[in-house]
Amino acid sequence: MKYLCLAYEQEETLNALTPSEWESLRAETLSYVETLRESGRLVATEALQSARSASKLQVRNGKLSVTDGPFAETKEQLGGFFLIEAKDFNEAIQVASKWPSARLGTIEVRPIEPALRPERRYG
Amino acid sequence: MNGPSAAQVGPAGSMSEQGAERVRAIVEATYRAESRRVLATFIRLLGDFDLAEEALHDAFAAAVDQWPRHGVPNSPRAWLVSAGRFKAIDAIRRRARFDASLSEIAHQIETASEGGAEPDDKAVQDDHLRLIFTCCHPALSPEAQVALTLREVCGLTTEAIARAFLASPSTLAQRIVRAKAKIRDAGIPYAVPGAADLPERLESVLRVIYLVFNEGYSPSSGQAVTRHDLSAEAIRLGTLLIELLPEPEAVGLLALMLLNESRRLARTSASGDLVLLDEQDRSLWNRKQIAKGISLVERALASRRFGPYTLQAAISAVHAEAASGAATDWPQIAGLYDVLARVMRSPVVELNRAVAIAMRDGPEAGLALIDAILARGELTDYSFAHAARADLCRRLGRHAQARLAYQQALTLTRQEPERRFLKRRLGELPVQ
Repeated sequence: MKYLCLAYEQEETLNALTPSEWESLRAETLSYVETLRESGRLVATEALQSARSASKLQVRNGKLSVTDGPFAETKEQLGGFFLIEAKDFNEAIQVASKWPSARLGTIEVRPIEPALRPERRYG
Repeated sequence: MNGPSAAQVGPAGSMSEQGAERVRAIVEATYRAESRRVLATFIRLLGDFDLAEEALHDAFAAAVDQWPRHGVPNSPRAWLVSAGRFKAIDAIRRRARFDASLSEIAHQIETASEGGAEPDDKAVQDDHLRLIFTCCHPALSPEAQVALTLREVCGLTTEAIARAFLASPSTLAQRIVRAKAKIRDAGIPYAVPGAADLPERLESVLRVIYLVFNEGYSPSSGQAVTRHDLSAEAIRLGTLLIELLPEPEAVGLLALMLLNESRRLARTSASGDLVLLDEQDRSLWNRKQIAKGISLVERALASRRFGPYTLQAAISAVHAEAASGAATDWPQIAGLYDVLARVMRSPVVELNRAVAIAMRDGPEAGLALIDAILARGELTDYSFAHAARADLCRRLGRHAQARLAYQQALTLTRQEPERRFLKRRLGELPVQ
């Protein structure tokens, strides 16, 4: 089964790291990505630019509205994601808990819906 | 690079003191007239706001150095674009020694600008319009759109923008730096939107211009009733926009700003107090701005593709055409508000419509409409709603109700001249 793991972090916290702390976090993350890839669990992963570059859009009554994403350095923002294959939720939690930024921020683990249900969106 | 025009000066080095002075004045005038357009072209060529600012600076530095010696070129704008571009390529090359990816960029800029070395007027106009649409991109926050437009399109200094919006220069500078970073990092294109997106994107440009105008016409806080510099800047922007893109609503917005601006002198008393339209000395109205505004309204209405700005301008034009407050054509104004309320659902428009209906059909009719708006829970924090309600109660002789409503309005406004006006009205109510 697939799980999308969303890594939230405060930009303030990451910016406060010293260059050597950041370098070791970065190296550790890259190495964990390699481990996951070799074990065949990793489907995809990307780091995101700062939420400062984000925009939100909505279409209501056929009208598109785009706005600057609300951004606060002191609030947790989505910073990256990894999509994994795991045998069950517990294994997904196991995998996600070793993601290095889990020690600084929050990882949200979301089971993937295999197909949109015909009767209703959320059962 | 363009050859100098030999007609301007004699042989190199022989220019008189007086001639040098004259050339300096030409460079300065060129800066005022052309710097924003040239900047817009640099942003397209270099793909970066900061590199473009540097190129602009270098181009004018080269002009100050070379025009006195070699004469003023035939086409100053084209000369500046070439000069700035060469300097930018040089600068990027120098940095490319440390960063290989830059050498590719330098090459792209060089080849992209080969062939048509001098951008024609049409290309420069398009660049100017690209700059406006990029600065007003809805993915930027509204405050950032306003700050960036005033900085990049109008060329105001960060300090001047900060003063106008009562913010600290460092806050303003940071807002501009972040907006530029977002344009670069998120890949916001430097482009005029296509026909399909144009109406919505234009809306965002018009909103920025009108926001700048209103901040100058009725500042949200502070001592002064109006701040002329910002309104004048907004009118300049609106004029530029309709030269570049004569869309009916852009024409309507310019008309609206000119008609409101025409009343600036009459709107403030000698003691700095707000004077209502009804009580203004109409001989103080600027007839030239009114004539221009009315002809623009007619142009926008004739297009049959007009919207809320044109309708508001039309209402303002009806006021402008009345010889006195009593001679105002209220049925026509109420009719225009009916149409406006249909195309733009807004409680503020409904409030103004209620006031117009009160003038046409009597205070009672208007009061019922205002009470209905307030009963819906809308505008309960809007001082003008309570002030309008107070005024209608006063005219109906319901003094106790008028007093309460004036007091309510007073607690809701931070604007000093408006507070004085409300206090004066309160004082004029008969004591019961």
